[in-house]
Amino acid sequence: MSSIFGVPTQALFGQLLIGLINGSFYALLSLGLSVIFGLLNIINFAHGALYMMGAFVAYFLLQWAGLGYWWALLLSPIVVGFLGVVLERTMLKRLYHLDHLYGLLLTFGLALIIQGLFRNEFGSSGLPYAMPAQLAGGRSLGFMFLPNYRAWVIVFSLATCLATWYVIERTKLGSYLRAATENPALVQAFGINVPRMITLTYGFGVALAALAGVLAAPIYQVNPLMGADLIIVVFAVVVIGGLGSIMGSILTGFALGIVEGLTKVFYPEASNTVIFVIMALVLLVKPTGLFGREK
Amino acid sequence: MLIRFAILLAALLALGPAIARAQISDGVIKIGVLNDQSGLYADLAGQGSVVAARMAVEDYGAEKKGMKVEVVFADHQNKADVGSAIARQWYDVDKVDLIVDVPNSGVALAVSQITRDKGKAFIVSSAATSDLTGKACSPNTIHWTYDTWALANGTANALVKQGADTWFFITADYAFGHALERDVEAVVLKNGGKVLGKVRHPLNTQDFSSFLLQAQASKAKVIGLANAGGDTTNAIKQGAEFGIVKGGQNFAGLLVFLTDVHALGLQTAQGLVFTETFYWDLNDRTRAFAKRFAARNRGIHPTMIHAGVYAGVTHYLKAVEALKSDDGTRVIAKMKEIPTDDPLFGKGTIRVDGRKIHPAYLVEVKKPSESKAPWDYYKIRATIPADQAFRPLDQGECPLVKK
Amino acid sequence: MTTAQEAAPALEAPSATGRHQLVAFAVMVAFFVVSPFFIYPLFLMKALCFALFACAFNLLIGYVGLLSFGHAAFLGSAGYISAHTAKVWGWPPELAILAGTVVAGALGVLIGALAIRSRGIYFANITLALAQMVYFFCLQAPFTHGEDGIQALPRGMLFGLLDLRHTMTMYFVVLAVFLAGFLLIYRTIHSPFGQVLKAIREHEPRAVSLGYTAEQYKLLAFVLSATLSGLAGGTKAIVFQLASLTDVHWTMSGEVVLMTLLGGLGTIFGPVVGAFIVISLENYLSQLGAWVTVVQGVIFVLCVLTFRRGVVGELARLLKKPL
Repeated sequence: MSSIFGVPTQALFGQLLIGLINGSFYALLSLGLSVIFGLLNIINFAHGALYMMGAFVAYFLLQWAGLGYWWALLLSPIVVGFLGVVLERTMLKRLYHLDHLYGLLLTFGLALIIQGLFRNEFGSSGLPYAMPAQLAGGRSLGFMFLPNYRAWVIVFSLATCLATWYVIERTKLGSYLRAATENPALVQAFGINVPRMITLTYGFGVALAALAGVLAAPIYQVNPLMGADLIIVVFAVVVIGGLGSIMGSILTGFALGIVEGLTKVFYPEASNTVIFVIMALVLLVKPTGLFGREK
Repeated sequence: MLIRFAILLAALLALGPAIARAQISDGVIKIGVLNDQSGLYADLAGQGSVVAARMAVEDYGAEKKGMKVEVVFADHQNKADVGSAIARQWYDVDKVDLIVDVPNSGVALAVSQITRDKGKAFIVSSAATSDLTGKACSPNTIHWTYDTWALANGTANALVKQGADTWFFITADYAFGHALERDVEAVVLKNGGKVLGKVRHPLNTQDFSSFLLQAQASKAKVIGLANAGGDTTNAIKQGAEFGIVKGGQNFAGLLVFLTDVHALGLQTAQGLVFTETFYWDLNDRTRAFAKRFAARNRGIHPTMIHAGVYAGVTHYLKAVEALKSDDGTRVIAKMKEIPTDDPLFGKGTIRVDGRKIHPAYLVEVKKPSESKAPWDYYKIRATIPADQAFRPLDQGECPLVKK
Repeated sequence: MTTAQEAAPALEAPSATGRHQLVAFAVMVAFFVVSPFFIYPLFLMKALCFALFACAFNLLIGYVGLLSFGHAAFLGSAGYISAHTAKVWGWPPELAILAGTVVAGALGVLIGALAIRSRGIYFANITLALAQMVYFFCLQAPFTHGEDGIQALPRGMLFGLLDLRHTMTMYFVVLAVFLAGFLLIYRTIHSPFGQVLKAIREHEPRAVSLGYTAEQYKLLAFVLSATLSGLAGGTKAIVFQLASLTDVHWTMSGEVVLMTLLGGLGTIFGPVVGAFIVISLENYLSQLGAWVTVVQGVIFVLCVLTFRRGVVGELARLLKKPL
């Protein structure tokens, strides 16, 4: 068995693949955060809580309506996205004229409320969500056994990220969004309903979070705290990639998952910290992130 | 002027609740059930322990004997600072005399110290670390249900003798996990086995994939899970996803409870072998208790933790009645004098280091086809007699034990 | 920065407000001197430590305009250092707390130097990231004992004379520490240094054009804030004889923001009131587990939407005098 730097290649590739899987979640979540910040200039601290709600809605759909995983992938983002729209309309809207930090504090408060309510109702030991039958099982890749579901996570996440990037960067709708970010007054003068676009964008970003939640439900227990510590990591991803840069978030999400995986092989204790070390380094050199633009 | 007065009033009103809690309650035996009500360990202890304590008080007939007993409870959220703050407040302000349960060895150690400082009483049912009757033993603490040494002795011994001689540990990174790993490793090595690797994970880990991968790569015959509650069930579930068992390795759940098996389902959990000191289906007396308990606990049958709380509170009340006092230190000493006898653990004793002695059982989870009713989950593989189940008195480094 | 401008009412010259604030101060001191005889002193001590922490935090956000989302790093690391020196090295409490404070100050220099170059959201982000690193260090370092924390540390004899195991003695020591920190902050704000900070907060380029190196002033304020947070953390560790991960976790950073926001950003007494209310709520609701989080969230949301001045800020507006 060959080895690189004293670590067996098998173990290395295995952890890299796991890292890629984790990276898929980071990318999908940071995509939503980035979209929201790009347009609304709000750091959506509630993103983790909304991701958790996405998983719970999937759970409810199964328990109460008998609707399985594939339905959840479609319906959960819509339900949670709608909630996002309501939040934006009732609360976030009032803060646009203030310092961005108030948006951060509001969404932080929202996260506390949502997580607290769910925790009261469901405890924090997690509810089981069945793996969809079509994706069960796995195949041996030689260096590790890869469950089919985890492969699906990578593929689906990548597809969603690329599709979103394409819509925002390459289509007309996306160009309206990007223009509205730079100069809302002017775009509004052209007759485009900017407030509605903003609302829908927030809803869309939130829907992405919910989508990630549904993806997570079969493998990570559906529990009220599943987003709590994840949000900090996703924050770091978005900041490194560059607040407001879509491609930056996607690339950084996957890359960081891989870096984390590598760290687990060589120096496992640091695997939680490495993302923040990188973030600190990047911020020192380029405060707006790798692909970011000054706001 | 008026406004300033109003502010002061408002500020003081905010403190009203805090003041109200400073009321004295004496002449009452107050028992506090302190555990994790909403987190990782909520199912194996949680509200069930409160039910068990209340049942013990009622069954003892405290009222008829003229003893006023009250049961309160709180959630320590698995945090040492929250747990110790509650313990302090309970002892100082709410006049609690006895604290029971306390899962999470870190919290238990903190509460044990505070109990000792204040001369109260502490009966541990949930926490596992054998240090509670070892290095950290105290004249105010009794360790009832089980400990890491007993688990290691039962499970590891049995497995290694069956041929599972290479181990890989996945350990929860805190006092309990370390203690369990240490005690099991000692047994494995003593029986000629080898430990091929260890990995530590934070408490409450969602994703075990990278740890399982390392365990697979080690090719150890047994993957020892030195964790509990949600962490154990998560690891086993994800292990199924990664084909651990299909690949020829086996999981050794070093601390598994009835509620974990229930959460996993017999399909996933079948064949798991581990040690417990109580099972509801052992005999008629335990079955009767289980029936009454389940009726009050939403159908959930008692785990050994719940049994420990019930038995511990019963024995405590016996000692208080005999002494006619609820002075913590003296009651604990009395509890060690009186031999124990309750419907759940049978006859037993409490040693000078605070260790309650009773037999242990090696159990195996039934196959789905073998289970005749809900909660009918275990086959008893072996009974470890009381005098062999726990660490010998002289090996514990407990300062209370005279050499 | 709009935050502080929005929050703080128009400030008058210090001399005109002196008497007003003196009265408020006297009321506060009187309350704290009398209350331990009626209210559980351990609860009061917790409130006092957090009040100091919130005041230190407020120095940064209220008077410099920088929102740090990583202040828990200072509270918690000081706690660990104090705990370790008291328990393992057997230092007397005054030296243990001093050690914690000094280490927090040093950490403040380190983090401050790295973070000061940024502003607004970027500043919040980098402080969060660096605080996370401190958290993971505390999780991994052997001397902190990870999830279990450092437990059962001795309270010791203060200056070899005062036995801190007596609750009332401990209480008045904590009160003294709090008042010292509070007065230091007050003095800082109402000094030439404080005036420069205000100038920087309101219009940095103009202050720079007047010849002030804004970065140095901001850094100094940051280090002062970090040091006093450390003082709070070290004292808290000695009082509760415990240092744990809770104090370095990022949710603790969020809590101090909550206390300051609720009490009133940029007011002098605001953080004290805010800390008190939050600790009271936590205490009262502790039986109910996760409801504490929900209530905290609701307070955050309400404060941000409609109550940005906070309790003391609104009062100050009513009285038309700064508090």
